[in-house]
Amino acid sequence: MIRAIAGKELRSLFMSPLAWVILGVVQLILGYFFLLQVDQYLMLQPRLAGMQSAPGVTDVVVAPLFGNASVILLLVVPIITMRLISEERRSGTLGLLTSAPVSPTQIVLGKYLGIVAFLGIMLAITALMPLSLLAGGWLDFGKLAGGLLGIGLLVAAFAAAGLFMSSLTSQPTIAAVSSFGLLLLLWVIDWAARSQGATGGVLSYLSLLGHYESLIKGLFKSKDVIYYLLFIGMFLAFTVRRLEAERLTG
Amino acid sequence: MSDDTLIQVERLSRRFGRQLAVNDVSFELDRGEVLGFLGPNGAGKSTTMRMLTGNLAPSAGRVFINGIDLADEPRRAKAMIGYLPERPPLYREFTVDEYLAFCARLHGISRDGRAAAIRRTSERCGLEGTGRRLIGNLSKGFQQRVGIAQAILHTPEVVILDEPTVGLDPIQIRQIRELIAELGSDHSVILSTHILPEVQATCSRVQIIHEGVLVFSDTLADLDARSETMAVTVGLGEPPDKDELSGLPGVTQVDALGNSRFRLSLESGAGTAPIGEACVKAGWGLEELTPERLTLEQIFVQLTTRDEADDESDREAA
Repeated sequence: MIRAIAGKELRSLFMSPLAWVILGVVQLILGYFFLLQVDQYLMLQPRLAGMQSAPGVTDVVVAPLFGNASVILLLVVPIITMRLISEERRSGTLGLLTSAPVSPTQIVLGKYLGIVAFLGIMLAITALMPLSLLAGGWLDFGKLAGGLLGIGLLVAAFAAAGLFMSSLTSQPTIAAVSSFGLLLLLWVIDWAARSQGATGGVLSYLSLLGHYESLIKGLFKSKDVIYYLLFIGMFLAFTVRRLEAERLTG
Repeated sequence: MSDDTLIQVERLSRRFGRQLAVNDVSFELDRGEVLGFLGPNGAGKSTTMRMLTGNLAPSAGRVFINGIDLADEPRRAKAMIGYLPERPPLYREFTVDEYLAFCARLHGISRDGRAAAIRRTSERCGLEGTGRRLIGNLSKGFQQRVGIAQAILHTPEVVILDEPTVGLDPIQIRQIRELIAELGSDHSVILSTHILPEVQATCSRVQIIHEGVLVFSDTLADLDARSETMAVTVGLGEPPDKDELSGLPGVTQVDALGNSRFRLSLESGAGTAPIGEACVKAGWGLEELTPERLTLEQIFVQLTTRDEADDESDREAA
């Protein structure tokens, strides 16, 4: 049942031009950033060669690439998730799901997995860029895997928040704007603390970015992974509650 | 509750804020019955349908589908319902076949049974040849059929259709009515509508809801039997006095309609035949004898406008 809904969601995405445009634009921009980083690496190479324990190609090219990707996806994920539930509510098709012998949890998980599969495809294509460097060099696969895990978790968290926002309204645009606002707020929530030089407070723990930075550097802390899993679980649970409440409020 | 009761509704109520949209509605529906759910716009028809299908939680009361409580085991109960909401829930970017395949998966039809179920349903709803077309490009009538197909795809025990013939042309309406009658033979069907001939053509039972209250519930057969000859209109070639007419068996009141025609109100149980016989015997030159029946439309109008009439008489009294 979950698979049926996830499959339908993925299919719907690829039937609309939106998914293709987004894939194309994101790849174009990231490709540009990737080339910039490669160029920079080539310029730095002579100097790096003289340094002891110099940063490798993975540090110079891959980490910034994922860093840029996270900002772009912050903008893009709300646009992909905005229609998930709001559009169905607006066109009256939500009734098809709620009348079928399917629980709200299954509906939410199905939709979430569908969107995560789409984002997975997007990240897989992005990962091909650093992998292409294998043609002329060697990569630190540990760091690459850490970065991919980090951006994967980050994007999955974006999607969970976007799904929840989409369940609150019947206007996709409102869902997009409000999920973008929420994500941006969580992104910058510890900036004030940072500028004061304070770290480790509640706000910096809540920040989406803080947990991502260490993963992208190849530093795997279970605390960061748990943060994202909690974040995702919480928003999915909110969405399920929202759908259940819909039956009560009408 | 008999073994064949598929829907049992117990004292269902629903509030929206301070407004009571559905007030204490109870009824049962057996297998093989087609129930026409009538009411003016805004009477609470759609609200009741949504509660029956588990899309809206009732403020009070219970719904049992084939003996299963919809509130306790929604998934088991919903598996036995096919529902066409007022607005057909269609994914416009899907083709008909893709859409029906998704619905089949949602309802847990096994992979092997899916193609056969889709083929069978498409045939039943007259969707042959449209399988590869996008739903968004179909005409309103065909979209409505896809909506109905979606509701009966998994051969549910209970089919609930909310205004299924809206926007269809007369030929399509006839086809849909035939389909509903066919469904009624082995399922229970609830048909919400405000088109009265539709009910008379397809339903075996009628319920009228007005301002959230169930004001009328009867089978069509009983309705016919009961409403027989409340009055007769007679046209006579050589009319006698009104007094003579009121002396006829069972006649309670005589109104002259002019042109030698009279309307005779009858007491309940009196037939048309004795009147005709008497007229012929007396040599009044019987030209016309029309039994007047209380039609569904009259009942509907009477029940749903009663309040306003009462209000008026109250005002006059004051």
